[in-house]
Amino acid sequence: MKIHEYQAREFFIRYGIPTPVADVAKNKDEVYEIAKKIGKRVVIKAQVQVGGRGKAGGVKLANNPDEAREIGEKILNMEIKGIKVKRVLVMEAVDILKEFYIGIIVDRRTKRPVIMVSPAGGVDIEEVAKKTPEKIYKLTIDPLYGVLQHQARNLAQRLFDNVDFNFIIRTAEIIMRLYKLFIETDASIAEINPFVLTKNGELLAIDSKINFDDNALFRHPEYENLKDLTEDEKIEEDAKKAGLSFIKLSGNIGCVVNGAGLAMATMDVIKYFGGEPANFLDVGGSSNPEKVKNAMNILLKDKNVKSIWFNIFGGITRCDDIAKGLVEAMKGIEIKIPIVVRITGTNEELAKEIIKDSKLPIIFANTMSEGAKMAIKSIGGSNERSR
Amino acid sequence: MSVLVDERTRVVVQGITGRDGSFHAKKMKEYGTKVVAGVTPGKGGTFVDGIPVFNSVIEAVEKEGANTSCIFVPAKFALDAIFEAGDSGVSLIVTITEGIPVIDMVKGVRYLEERGVRLIGPNCPGIISPGKSKVGIIPERFYKKGRVGIVSRSGTLTYEIASHITEAGYGESTAVGIGGDPVIGTKFVDMLELFRDDPETEAVVIIGEIGGSDEEDAARYIVETKFQKPVLGIIAGRTAPPGKKMGHAGAIITGGTGTAEEKIRAFKDAGVLVADIPEDVVKLLKEVLKG
Repeated sequence: MKIHEYQAREFFIRYGIPTPVADVAKNKDEVYEIAKKIGKRVVIKAQVQVGGRGKAGGVKLANNPDEAREIGEKILNMEIKGIKVKRVLVMEAVDILKEFYIGIIVDRRTKRPVIMVSPAGGVDIEEVAKKTPEKIYKLTIDPLYGVLQHQARNLAQRLFDNVDFNFIIRTAEIIMRLYKLFIETDASIAEINPFVLTKNGELLAIDSKINFDDNALFRHPEYENLKDLTEDEKIEEDAKKAGLSFIKLSGNIGCVVNGAGLAMATMDVIKYFGGEPANFLDVGGSSNPEKVKNAMNILLKDKNVKSIWFNIFGGITRCDDIAKGLVEAMKGIEIKIPIVVRITGTNEELAKEIIKDSKLPIIFANTMSEGAKMAIKSIGGSNERSR
Repeated sequence: MSVLVDERTRVVVQGITGRDGSFHAKKMKEYGTKVVAGVTPGKGGTFVDGIPVFNSVIEAVEKEGANTSCIFVPAKFALDAIFEAGDSGVSLIVTITEGIPVIDMVKGVRYLEERGVRLIGPNCPGIISPGKSKVGIIPERFYKKGRVGIVSRSGTLTYEIASHITEAGYGESTAVGIGGDPVIGTKFVDMLELFRDDPETEAVVIIGEIGGSDEEDAARYIVETKFQKPVLGIIAGRTAPPGKKMGHAGAIITGGTGTAEEKIRAFKDAGVLVADIPEDVVKLLKEVLKG
């Protein structure tokens, strides 16, 4: 789960990580008021949950409250990577001497949290990671003990050359606080980029980023209020509540599959034979007819979907449950698009009977390849891959 | 032979009084797995389908000789169940539960590593050594005793591919679903090591997916150890858009690492035969296994 910078900043403050004075605004007048209150130059930052907002013009400097209002209005009217800017963070501008990077994630390979720091922080950190990985220092943390003081000091020393040791101690303290935040909030990422040293000798988190582990949301019901979903994400969230895992894609062949791995493989097979999948949709392991009905409803609402392919491998899932849901979902609605069904495994025969008895116009396929080809052909696509 | 589970496997089912636990305990027993005990704290002294229920895993180990735990405990309580199993004396823990917080698994894995206990999962279908034992929820009808070792991050996709392998007459020595989460106990590399030393396994099929670097690590292991048995692979998620979670918390591409292309290239460079679509796995198998 993602949250906005201004929300992550609140967590930083709660954990004692210093950040510049700032407040969030929803309109130009609020921008003006905040800038006036700060009483010096401010940076106005679009609050969107996508990367590259700075390069898209979503972060601008304003010299006085009037200018802030003008720039604030401009940014609040922007769309960044298709997402409308609804809020801006108005932050005190500071004189930056040096920019660093501090981030924490769980490393899948070591199966432990890893703290990463770099003296080359800022907007191009991903480039740094790619081109000069030696400039990023990583430390794997034993979850039993957490980050130890000397470890944090050693990491901090990687950031500076030739500073008063006091800066090392202060930075180490911030690293330890970020780790505490990471663990206690069940974050999947906690990142300060840039973490800066100002000309006045302050150490500040200029940007704040936290993502939370979706699996841990049951421990933090309050996070529900922090959600700000795009239209597509709302559909995905609704699907989740109905027990479905759904992601919209740009193609025209809708697919309904049981199991995430098989659902991905289904998309791959469609593409392999020259088609374009319209979605990823996993109805889950032990599915009931209701879920299939919900899945159909989601796909039928999507105007891009020109045909639907059911690819079901019944293991725990019983094929007859899927068939019942399919027949139920198609009752009383006029289906104008072709439906291809490939259903095999537990109670396969029963499922096929249910579908045949319904007299619904369904095309049967025996294998995955056949299903993909039929789904593509049914919308007039050519699919005969030479093989 | 086979790996991880066989006739000597004696299973204790943690969470046996729950819906999934009781259902699958029964299924395992029907298959012939020695399900010797169940555990639900507070329900000790009762029975589920003739299986004695205890209050603790230690009792199940002491009184019934359990050596393997299969965990169905809900995500909220799963870490505690893993800790308990780790302290009980079982040597293998198979965690079926999905939706366990990542940081909980970090702690759980750390705890078990220190005690030398192997973990499979979480968020996995379990293990089957056809004709001998199954621990977990794998539908046995698609498997038959045979020569191919299967290791996979997914469930139904594995059943699909296993059914082709079984139909073609090869059968499986052992098939393992290691789970789709970011932090899991046993990885592809660990399974390759086990299959390498299993005389019954003549070829290994790796069913991978986007995200993480387990496939790349497996490729490196194959090269470095000059792995002697043929290895086949398939990667699900070639068409997945970057930065999106595809159901499995693990199947996510970030920052240009863990893409299908990178994994396929790593596999091919290591001499792994890569299938483009699930049905091709068995075609490739025919090339490497004669007879």
